[in-house]
Amino acid sequence: MTPAAAVRDAAIAALVAFGLFAMLVGLRTDVSPTGGLFLRQRWADVALLCGIVFAGRLALTLWLGRRALRPSTGPTPLTLQLQRLGRFFAPAMLAAALVLPFIPGIGRYELDIGILVLTYVMLGWGLNIVVGLAGLLDLGYVAFYAIGAYSYALLAQYFGLSFWICLPLAGILAAFWGVILGFPVLRLRGDYLAIVTLAFGEIIRVVLINWASLTGGPNGISGIPRPTFFGLPFSMSGGEGSFAGFFGLEPSPSHRVIFLYYLIFFLALLTNWVTIRLRRQPLGRAWEALREDEIACRSLGINIRDTKLSAFAIGAMFGGFAGAFFATRQAFISPESFTFIESAIILAIVVLGGLGSQVGVAVAALVMIGGFEVFRNLEEWRMLVFGAAMVVIMVLRPRGLIGTRTPTIALKEKRIIGKDLVGEGRG
Amino acid sequence: MAYALQQLINGISLGMIYGLIAVGYTMVYGIIGMINFAHGDIFMISAFIALIAVILLSLGGLMDGPAAILLVLVISMAITALYGWTLERVAYRPLRGSFRLAPLISAIGMSIVLQNYVQVSQGARVKPLEPLVPGGIEVMRDGAFVVQFSYIQMLIIAVTLVVLAVFTILVTRTPLGRAMRACEQDRRMAALLGIDTDRTISLTFVIGASLAAVAGTMYLLRYGVIDFYIGFLAGVKAFTAAVLGGIGSLPGAVLGGLLIGLIETFWSAYFSVQYKDVAAFSILAITLIFLPTGLLGRQEVEKV
Repeated sequence: MTPAAAVRDAAIAALVAFGLFAMLVGLRTDVSPTGGLFLRQRWADVALLCGIVFAGRLALTLWLGRRALRPSTGPTPLTLQLQRLGRFFAPAMLAAALVLPFIPGIGRYELDIGILVLTYVMLGWGLNIVVGLAGLLDLGYVAFYAIGAYSYALLAQYFGLSFWICLPLAGILAAFWGVILGFPVLRLRGDYLAIVTLAFGEIIRVVLINWASLTGGPNGISGIPRPTFFGLPFSMSGGEGSFAGFFGLEPSPSHRVIFLYYLIFFLALLTNWVTIRLRRQPLGRAWEALREDEIACRSLGINIRDTKLSAFAIGAMFGGFAGAFFATRQAFISPESFTFIESAIILAIVVLGGLGSQVGVAVAALVMIGGFEVFRNLEEWRMLVFGAAMVVIMVLRPRGLIGTRTPTIALKEKRIIGKDLVGEGRG
Repeated sequence: MAYALQQLINGISLGMIYGLIAVGYTMVYGIIGMINFAHGDIFMISAFIALIAVILLSLGGLMDGPAAILLVLVISMAITALYGWTLERVAYRPLRGSFRLAPLISAIGMSIVLQNYVQVSQGARVKPLEPLVPGGIEVMRDGAFVVQFSYIQMLIIAVTLVVLAVFTILVTRTPLGRAMRACEQDRRMAALLGIDTDRTISLTFVIGASLAAVAGTMYLLRYGVIDFYIGFLAGVKAFTAAVLGGIGSLPGAVLGGLLIGLIETFWSAYFSVQYKDVAAFSILAITLIFLPTGLLGRQEVEKV
């Protein structure tokens, strides 16, 4: 594109931007003390935004115009080197995560972010079983997270059960609900499946809000018991029966945070380990076969119903574990934590990471959730940046960060499956 | 009886709004096979534009009579259409031909962007607007209960019917409609036969957004209270309506919208207001279990 044409193109973009922003940015509606509405004018902001669009569009066309001239060839030496480095990437990340609480300069705030990121890594890996391996599009995954959290909270509140008894129960209950949801939607595919799972997530949330006598309604449940170190509470008194007293340590509030960090770390690793093991077993292979081609799968005698239900159940179980962890960490839960946006974020982590790629999901969770926390001081702009980042990453890398896939089994040697051949399932 | 009649009127006018939004979902789905998750937020944006237009016109002292409402509607439709066009251009066109989940995530991202854009630019507070079209006619009187058919409900039903009639003619009788239907059947073949598919898809988004703008303006006039979050629930309901009617089918979208509106209204009137969303979603799930492609959807024939 010639510079003159590029300028004209950018001018058109700026004109469109003016059309978009003139009313919604230029005129702000405010409620006056008397209850009426009045307008406040902000034309400087509109001019600024149009300028940004003009400059951005101009830079983009000139840059892209230059780039298009370069012939596209195979992988450059640089990408090959990066691939070689990539082999050490996952172990290095794991090691870093393992020693994180003991790195000097890592305080309570950083550990809290670590716990949050690991929670989403675990949720991402759990959903990855359903979406990435079995190829079933689930937009209501947060429902299982909520079921896990409420299972623990309610069992602890009404029956006084401890965290370690409730953790498996929360997983089992969530898996049970996974089957309940999975059963009616067995025949549905693609977007029909997506909307029914979304509806299921919303139904669970609405019930949690309105069944106030059991769940506390919109006020949620507070005072959920904190976890103990195999029966030793983390109390500040430092007495004989507490964690600090038993091990002869100085009582410190950071013990509990470090414990929670390792708890979610091992829960996430458990999810990963189970997934990796299952992929080598007939069940995991049936999931992947189902994702690649449901009809071929059926003709080879794989029981579609059981395969789908087990994917829903196992994915939901890990969501339930994560939920129970969430409840014990926060000590307070309310339906507000389980909105559709959470499902969308977890699904986004799975897709942005690369469907079916365990490392990719972990990196995506780190980038999206960690990045989200880093931009904390942006306040109300934060979600705007978050959404824009989702769009930009998808446009630049539609296959996710790790778009290639290593086959689970191969005849002689495992070769990486190219991006264009990676299946995504239609369920 | 009188009570049921009142609910019928309310349900139909609400269902018309859902139907208008659902048509946008179903059109986009038919032509490029993706859920346009940001469509509900396009609806929300149109309501805000209509609100600002109403305030601007009242400042100029022009806000009375049907002509003013028509003007608000036209302004809202035009600017919302521009939003629809930009949405497709920025977030979906680069992903054309990519795999199925990429546009879905991009759409969810765009939905978050639009919601927070309005929150940042217009504030998070609820915006109340005084009713512009007060009054109505009395249809029936049963003791103390008066069945009211308000002017605004008549307006909603009339405008929706006119818009849908124009839209049906557009799809069935014009070259653009023919191009749209051709793209829907086979985009590559349509392109080979000289149809500018990119332009057709852009126009689909423009038309879908302007229908959502009609719904947004009507919503503002009927309920008078909007905030940046109204798009989500309305969008989910409308999408439910589109799926219920059979996604990809235009009459199905309107039918689904009416059904969802009626179910919701009657459920709130006779059972409980809190669980009205549960009712709508349950009906959806039950319908899909027995009719997996919706009420009017075509059975997909899969070639192996």
